[in-house]
Amino acid sequence: MPAVATEAVALDVRGLQKTYSGQGPSVEAVRDLTFVVRRGELVCIVGPSGAGKTTLLRCIAGLLATSDGRITLDGVAVTGPPPGMAVVFQEYGRSLFPWMTVGQNVELPLKEKRIPKAERQRLVHAALEAVGLTDSARAHPWQLSGGMQQRVAIARAVAYEPSVLLMDEPFAAVDAQTRADLEDLVRSLWERLGVTVLFVTHDIDEAVYLGQRVLVLSNRPTVVLEDVRIDLPDRRDQLETRSLPRFTELRRHVYELIQLAKQGHRPENEGR
Amino acid sequence: MNRIIAALLYAVGLPAGLLAGWWLVSDGSTSFFWPPLADIVQAFPDTWNSDRVLADVLPSLARLGIGYAAALAAGVGLGAAIGLNPRLRAFLEPALEFFRAIPPPVLVPVIALFAGYTGWTSKIVTIALGCLWPILLNTVEGVRGLDEVLLDTARSYRLRRRTRLLKVVLRGSSPQIAAGARQALSIGVILMVVSELFGANRGLGASIVQFQRTFAIPQMWTGIILLGLIGFLLSLLFRFVEHRTLAWYRGVRRADRRM
Repeated sequence: MPAVATEAVALDVRGLQKTYSGQGPSVEAVRDLTFVVRRGELVCIVGPSGAGKTTLLRCIAGLLATSDGRITLDGVAVTGPPPGMAVVFQEYGRSLFPWMTVGQNVELPLKEKRIPKAERQRLVHAALEAVGLTDSARAHPWQLSGGMQQRVAIARAVAYEPSVLLMDEPFAAVDAQTRADLEDLVRSLWERLGVTVLFVTHDIDEAVYLGQRVLVLSNRPTVVLEDVRIDLPDRRDQLETRSLPRFTELRRHVYELIQLAKQGHRPENEGR
Repeated sequence: MNRIIAALLYAVGLPAGLLAGWWLVSDGSTSFFWPPLADIVQAFPDTWNSDRVLADVLPSLARLGIGYAAALAAGVGLGAAIGLNPRLRAFLEPALEFFRAIPPPVLVPVIALFAGYTGWTSKIVTIALGCLWPILLNTVEGVRGLDEVLLDTARSYRLRRRTRLLKVVLRGSSPQIAAGARQALSIGVILMVVSELFGANRGLGASIVQFQRTFAIPQMWTGIILLGLIGFLLSLLFRFVEHRTLAWYRGVRRADRRM
């Protein structure tokens, strides 16, 4: 492989396979997943419910051992949680430490990275500013609304300066208006900070609206059904973008793919 | 301001009423075993003079403190280890349930056989063993009940083992640990007294028994009142510490109820 190409690849997932074996029959959750996320990309993964999205994400995050295949982040094989990765979980209320203030929550991972205090404070402040929560630094997470709590989780991830930001259906539990705001927040953070984002969702509209690419998954055992390029203008707007004819086309295309996936359709080259 | 006074009156109302009732009912009592409260109050300062406080009360409290602290350290340490390790837990749980079921006072004579009747060791061991179980078992439960997502978060941000243990695992299970520690405190006070009932001649509990055996009845009552006061003050102290360290937990519970 040419050096330039490896340089540009942030996350490389090759032949990922995960079979749960325990008591009873073993369950093949993920069969063969191969995809690449290049540096600075915003890629969405969407699939029918029960497609093993969470399994995939936990494998990439190094929280779950894979059965086969290889995941590399910045050219280093992922065997445990890798240093260059931050995860934003769906359950914002359960992923923030309730005994710490918002500021302490954001700061803790930085302390563990042994970043000097002055630099740490700068990062925390910048991250909270980026998500619009400077005033809440001394509040506790449970004093904030759901949407604000998820902003804190995003701020914590951003302050960590990961090479890949992993988001697991982060907005599934917030109301529709907050959700639109948070989508735009992710998009603007991605544009301004140049982070690489892998965004898992079950929401087709959200995937098409946010992503540069949308990976559509099959049902279990999971493979990639199609890698859809989202050729919408870079500047996304909740009203304008969503009313573009191209948006409707893409949305329709992904929707049809998901319907096919639900009926058990699988790519033709499977089982090579 | 008025509300504070009202709350205060509300809180002290019942104790004041009970005391007044005792005072009135026992007033002019000629029963040897039920002396008038006036006599008991009068005997209090003479009985618990500085000599007695130094030679009996403080050593008893010191033994309680040492035993309780040892139980707290061992209970939280072992509890965290067991709670984090499912196999260890499955292995130890039946034995733990058995030991928990043994009433701690029963152990006093047994411990005395090994550690001697008179010294501090047997008493501290008794207190520590009795306090250990509620702390240990509550810690195990607390650690086991920690949120999966919280632990995943700690792992994905690569928090070091030490940070994970201190700032996530123990902090997260601190409400349950506190519940165990509160139970243990009252058990500790009981065992502080019970441990002195067998073959000890000094100490708060030993003094009360001594008064009873020598028919110094008003003095015996002063000892019981003193014990009650000590227990009350200790639980106040506990509440104060708990209130400060678990403010976040009350906040979370309030927030959950609002939803």
